[in-house]
Amino acid sequence: MTYAELTTPWDRVREHYSMLTLMRTAHAVTGLLIALATWAVLFALITPSLLLVWTLIVPIVGVPLLLWAIPLLTAVQRARFSALLDVDIPPVPRPARQRNPLKWLLVRMRSGSTWRQFCYHLLSLPIAVASFGVVVGIWCGALISLASAAAVQARGETELAVALAVLGTALLAAGPWPARWLASLDVLAARALLGPSRAEELAQRVESLRESRAEVVDAADAERRRIERDLHDGAQQRLVSLAMNLGMARAGLKDLPEPAREVIAQAHEEAKQALKELRDLVRGLHPAVLSEEGLDAALSGLAARAPLPVRLTVDAAGRASPTVEAVAFFVVSEALANVAKHSGASGAEVSVLREVEGLRVTIRDDGRGGADPARGTGLRGLAQRVRSVDGVLTIDSPAGGPTTIEAVLPCG
Amino acid sequence: MRVVLAEDSVLLREGLIRLLDSAGIDVVAAVAEAEGLLRAVDEHRPDLVVTDVRMPPGHADEGLRAALVLRRQHPGLAIVVLSQYVEERYATRLLSTETRGIGYLLKDRVADVTEFIDALRRVAAGGTALDPEVVAQLLVRRRSDPLDLLTPREYEVLSLIAEGRSNAGIADALTISEGAVGKHINNIFAKLGLSGAEKDHRRVLAVLRFLNISPS
Repeated sequence: MTYAELTTPWDRVREHYSMLTLMRTAHAVTGLLIALATWAVLFALITPSLLLVWTLIVPIVGVPLLLWAIPLLTAVQRARFSALLDVDIPPVPRPARQRNPLKWLLVRMRSGSTWRQFCYHLLSLPIAVASFGVVVGIWCGALISLASAAAVQARGETELAVALAVLGTALLAAGPWPARWLASLDVLAARALLGPSRAEELAQRVESLRESRAEVVDAADAERRRIERDLHDGAQQRLVSLAMNLGMARAGLKDLPEPAREVIAQAHEEAKQALKELRDLVRGLHPAVLSEEGLDAALSGLAARAPLPVRLTVDAAGRASPTVEAVAFFVVSEALANVAKHSGASGAEVSVLREVEGLRVTIRDDGRGGADPARGTGLRGLAQRVRSVDGVLTIDSPAGGPTTIEAVLPCG
Repeated sequence: MRVVLAEDSVLLREGLIRLLDSAGIDVVAAVAEAEGLLRAVDEHRPDLVVTDVRMPPGHADEGLRAALVLRRQHPGLAIVVLSQYVEERYATRLLSTETRGIGYLLKDRVADVTEFIDALRRVAAGGTALDPEVVAQLLVRRRSDPLDLLTPREYEVLSLIAEGRSNAGIADALTISEGAVGKHINNIFAKLGLSGAEKDHRRVLAVLRFLNISPS
């Protein structure tokens, strides 16, 4: 509901007696009805369970019924707030579905939200009685005063009539204010007790962020695979064909003048070089063998291409998710590139182990150490990519070496 | 020599046909997917199959799987597998049945037409042609075995044997005499425990040992 700017006194008067006031009154009236019904239900469920607790069977039936009824009552109240006051009480996050009824019971009983809702339903009656009493009382008082003022006037008791008329008018004028305050009080109680607590709200937020981040990470990964496929089917085939044609020209056209043959030879070499560079680039994006054969196969290719000897151990039974495998591959790829570029190491050791907490990827080299994530984007990119799957990256690189980079990637 | 070619990129397929034609090799069928390859081999009984790895419908390793099927169905059929990337895993699978008449090369190698045609002929004649990259990958994890006893030079010689080179070819590549190559090879055989009794097989067995594949 939007409020127009209130400029003239007339606007203020109109606002004072708008639909909203009527709705607040209706809220007070329905509040009392619902609260009475709620108390009846609570009473019917709780009292027998308390009085007949020794029978066991009565509380065993009564308590689950109570836990089942509380959210229903909350739903009714939320509908009331939404329909009459246009106030949305955010829903409490649903606990995960439980097949086991005992577990369901336990989860419900241990949930703070259940008992906060219960408190609201208990409080709803006093609040409703107060609201109903004050709001309806004021309106009725106003009407009765004005009506009796007219009657008294007819009997000729002017002074009393004037007093009654003043009282009636005053009540009529003041009525909307208590209606508003009491409605606000009810909203306050409902928000605090029926809505999610701060912790629940945060938990909900974390969950939705976690989901959306996983989607983003997966989408980026899928995009990388798509680019790899496109390059494989397009540019790479074309370049192979180009290099082959140049190769045929180079081998076949022996009687061309020397400069022409030289140009062809150079073009041939460049095409081959371009092919190699494109291949390295594309493979770094997402090696096809990773999807098909897994980390072990992809990493042995990576280790073989490294410009220094790499000892590789992969002991990971089963496959991790494609995203986790891609991150593990990226970690090894980046780390080995770093080793080759900066460490001056004579060899490196890569191990991938499947452990309880996830995939443990370790890259150790015998270089000079001093790797600092604060400098250079390589290590920082590594940390980002590991964090994107909730993994932990640790870098141990004292000056003088050796350097150990370790990533633990949860496998869910 | 009669060849069946399987390659899904039209551009490359046509180029390869032209290349093989110019070398006097007869391409009896050129297909674009693995199913078609199996049918074409049944129909034409070629001397050599040249196939891509990644082909429709799955664009994964269809060509490689087709090669393995062909190896079972047509023992003695020579096969050269071409791939955009060479993967040790694929090489191991290809070589696990037999190392005769098999080739596994990067697609890039078609650019060097003379060497490429040589490799095809070598494989068709029952030899092997492994891409140097495959060999390099196969070396990475072969550490804890008699291969450790080899000197770096012997190691080089053995990897060249695995690539499918002859003694003369190895001598050329390392710029040493053929006699020296022979001496290295004998040392390799001795260190790998390949006795003289298996004379004919020793080369193949050494390669298998080198590739860490047990012959079946």
